[in-house]
Amino acid sequence: MANSAFEEKLYSDKFLVTTEVGPPKGTDISEMVHHIDLLKDKVDAINITDHQSSVMRFPSLGGCLLVKERGGEPILQVTCRDRNRLAIQADLLLAYTRGIRNVLCLTGDSVDVGDHKEAKPVFDLDSVQLLTMIRTMESGTDIAGNELKGAPKFCIGASVHPEADFIEPQLIKFEKKAAAGAQFFQTQGIFDLASLRRFMQYASQFNVKILAGIIVLSSAGMARYMNDNVPGIIVPQAIIDELASAEKGKRLQKGIEIATRSIKTIKEENLCHGVHIMAVGNEGIVPDILEAL
Amino acid sequence: MIVAEQKPLEEIRRMIAPYQRVLILGCGTCTTICGAGGEREVSYLHNALRLAQAKSNNGTHTFSEYTVKRQCDPEFVELLVDKVGDVDAILSLGCGIGVQTVAERFLDLPVLPGVNTSFMGMSKEWGVWDERCAACGDCRLAETAGICPIVRCTKGILNGPCAGTKNGKCEANKDMDCAWILIYERLERLHQLDKMRQYYPLRNFRTIPRPKRIVSKANIEVGGGDG
Repeated sequence: MANSAFEEKLYSDKFLVTTEVGPPKGTDISEMVHHIDLLKDKVDAINITDHQSSVMRFPSLGGCLLVKERGGEPILQVTCRDRNRLAIQADLLLAYTRGIRNVLCLTGDSVDVGDHKEAKPVFDLDSVQLLTMIRTMESGTDIAGNELKGAPKFCIGASVHPEADFIEPQLIKFEKKAAAGAQFFQTQGIFDLASLRRFMQYASQFNVKILAGIIVLSSAGMARYMNDNVPGIIVPQAIIDELASAEKGKRLQKGIEIATRSIKTIKEENLCHGVHIMAVGNEGIVPDILEAL
Repeated sequence: MIVAEQKPLEEIRRMIAPYQRVLILGCGTCTTICGAGGEREVSYLHNALRLAQAKSNNGTHTFSEYTVKRQCDPEFVELLVDKVGDVDAILSLGCGIGVQTVAERFLDLPVLPGVNTSFMGMSKEWGVWDERCAACGDCRLAETAGICPIVRCTKGILNGPCAGTKNGKCEANKDMDCAWILIYERLERLHQLDKMRQYYPLRNFRTIPRPKRIVSKANIEVGGGDG
């Protein structure tokens, strides 16, 4: 039996759509709740990011509890940057008891790219070890080998970067994540579908589901900023030019158009199992994309 | 070797402010090689402190200088006995180990750090030192083509690169090589890529409980460490 509604859909033939909501920096959660309400019935699951780009925010776990409260399907993002193995296992036990069953396992961005640059980077584990730790907990013991009084059971995923400029080492890591038990992958932002096609030729030999990451760009400036500042992101010049060609005031619209075009092609060509839409601060426009499909 | 950097002059001046007679103590080993605290730096610092005092008309310190072969070795520190009788504080230009070795020997004297101990590293070129070892107590260089991911990857991760690497560089610092790209390339060259495909479990941080102590097995067998 499936662990979660999302896991059930993962093994159906449905084209999956997930998206993500970034929690606020502060106690005013009204906008996050608004975005959750707006999206919960339109997507298959909502990721809540874990201090994305190493910027301190309201936690992923808290956001996932809200998604549950509002009747949605959450994906808990867990990074290894801020918590050691004790803290992560404890969070997972709490998450499980509160009905959170999907976990995206990430190493986490470097502290240096965020807003607390002097913080101690933890990285007690990496993403592959985190996947392994969850499978260990499911078998009834913690990672130190001590028996658990009640074991969790999760649907676990990881990320992969099909557009990395040096792909071979990334593919080795992808294989290790699959071997460690990752059931699904939400990829880093895909801008060039040729790279997704190449990646899928390789990835389809593994028994994992791939959701292509689609970043909705709001301007050429944002694209350039991401190229310079967001780890791993490579927006091609052609996309930047296309965004720049739009009139002022219509650039986000152009970004939505580009994202919609990519998703349509992925769906029509059946390139992978679904998409993961990242609107990065413009969560409110995700329904527009879904309607345009 | 241990690599250190001399502290800013103003910080050193603030540190020594309460003390009249200050011995500036150099170290003849690591901090000599990295140009932070050898005989030459002791002399430069002595002059700089005197000049700053004269210029600011603030302070009546008197300075003496001396450099021992190794501040981390009690045998050499013992030679200081007749140098510290008439001083109020020692300003050590040894690494943090040197400072503490001297402090443990001279319990009644404040021992102040004149350098910031930075890392264990190698000379890359003239005037450039690069960190190479984290002293993690569990060396895995055999598995990583002689390139340490614990110290050279900003996240110290063991199972391959994160997705933040771009142009072979690290997401934390665009001038810094991604350790895992270097490891991949060298493993490929050595026909050992299988080592990267292996799963490396969580690190054992019990290998570095702090503070560490190593007791030579030879000493245990002869029943003592008196030499």
